[in-house]
Amino acid sequence: MARSRRRQHVDVRLRASDGYTAVRSYSIANAAHGDRVELTVEQVADGEVSPYLVHTLSPGDPLEIRGPLGGWFVWRPVSLEPVQLVAGGSGIVPLMAMIRTRAQTHLHAPFRLIYSVRTLEATIYSAELQQRAAEDDGLSVAYVYTRATPPGWPRAAQRIDAALIAENALPAKENPACFVCGPTAFVEAVAEFLGEAGYDSSRIKTERFGPSGGTS
Amino acid sequence: MSDEKLVSPGFVGRRRTANAELPPGQYLTEDFPVLSAGPTPRVQREEWEFALTAETGEVRKWNWAQFRALPAVPISTDIHCVTRWSKLNTTWEGVSIDTLLEDVQTSAGFAMAHSYGGYTTNLPLADLRNGKAWIAFRYDGAELAPEHGGPARLLVPHLYLWKSAKWVNGITLMLKDAPGFWESLGYNNYGDPWREQRYWGE
Amino acid sequence: MSSRSYCDGNAAAGELRDIFAVDITAAAGQCAACGMIGALAQGHLYAFEPGIVVRCAVCEHPLVRLVKGPGRAWLDLRGLVYLQLEVPSGQNS
Repeated sequence: MARSRRRQHVDVRLRASDGYTAVRSYSIANAAHGDRVELTVEQVADGEVSPYLVHTLSPGDPLEIRGPLGGWFVWRPVSLEPVQLVAGGSGIVPLMAMIRTRAQTHLHAPFRLIYSVRTLEATIYSAELQQRAAEDDGLSVAYVYTRATPPGWPRAAQRIDAALIAENALPAKENPACFVCGPTAFVEAVAEFLGEAGYDSSRIKTERFGPSGGTS
Repeated sequence: MSDEKLVSPGFVGRRRTANAELPPGQYLTEDFPVLSAGPTPRVQREEWEFALTAETGEVRKWNWAQFRALPAVPISTDIHCVTRWSKLNTTWEGVSIDTLLEDVQTSAGFAMAHSYGGYTTNLPLADLRNGKAWIAFRYDGAELAPEHGGPARLLVPHLYLWKSAKWVNGITLMLKDAPGFWESLGYNNYGDPWREQRYWGE
Repeated sequence: MSSRSYCDGNAAAGELRDIFAVDITAAAGQCAACGMIGALAQGHLYAFEPGIVVRCAVCEHPLVRLVKGPGRAWLDLRGLVYLQLEVPSGQNS
């Protein structure tokens, strides 16, 4: 069997006609790469690359990418050990790739996702997540709405905290592999909550998106 | 990798202008990008200290109150970053390095600027003298923000901005040149934007 | 005390892939300053084109510095005591 070469992201480089370039990294959203790479891009306010990808790039246009890259923040379907995913906003993208990989390879390790979003409308992949969770007992999804909750939601909008994690995550004693992805402040807060709740920090992997807009 | 440069149809990027007044390879920017080689130090003015160390080992120090008691001047200048952005007519307030060097006896030809956090950058002493360099503590009419190097940074606008060490806390005068943080790893030892001296050997 | 001006070391994979034949962001390395062992992907990446620095997440010591110029690149790994890499074994398993 070939050695798994799962990779987590690509670098996208845009070049204007005067030679000016901008590079950003985007997580790969699809499971098996093959010849096809799927990116899910959320427009960043005042961003430089994301508005182009969301509004200007058209089917058939060329796009320069480097990769797939990065073998660390990936889930390899090699065991049935439980997995805890925590996503903040567009941090759901690489975690969705893991959920899709799990479905594709039929390796039904218990997967729990806590997905923190501003509003129902801001939720990415909502229909797909709903369908996958309905079809598979081993996958469950819990939402945290930070700005506005859907009608009938039992609690007020709030940021993720230790209590919400305790309520929704796989218990620490099950020793899950944890993957946390999202903006830097979100990831650092969640990693701290997990550490304080007794999750093994050597089994927590984080992917921080860093300051929005990148560094150039 | 192919040498052919792929242009992204319809991509413009951040507002910028081709401008004949800019050094080669630079783009004009209206904002002030924050770029660092490390975390932003949080330095309280009460604990801030600047040390000027001569090649003899003689040290002069200023705390914040002493530093702010020195004559300061307004500066209006263009700045050029090696990451290719340039900003024109930036305004600062700072103490000239000439002021700090008054009464300092030295035969050193070179200097190393040091920063809180460990960053270093080297320059010929001549490039710090005669009205070419300042320790700046205000930018654009306000106190210099930490992400831009506050409480105080070195400002040497005739060279690429990596020479204008943020969070500066000292200058050491040297008889022999020695490379700083980036100069030791491929960045040009001098860094003149008008001759596009970005890397070794240019 | 920490600033938010860094990304994960993971984001350096592209620049490093141009230099190395294997993905070193997934490699475990030991910090030469504080001894902490972790994946480079967990380090703090500061991008200052044409240079990048990946710093230890615990003590901020520069683990890896890379500058890429036209046709040349400069690499400083002195901040690492070692890097433990996984390399293909060369036989089908």
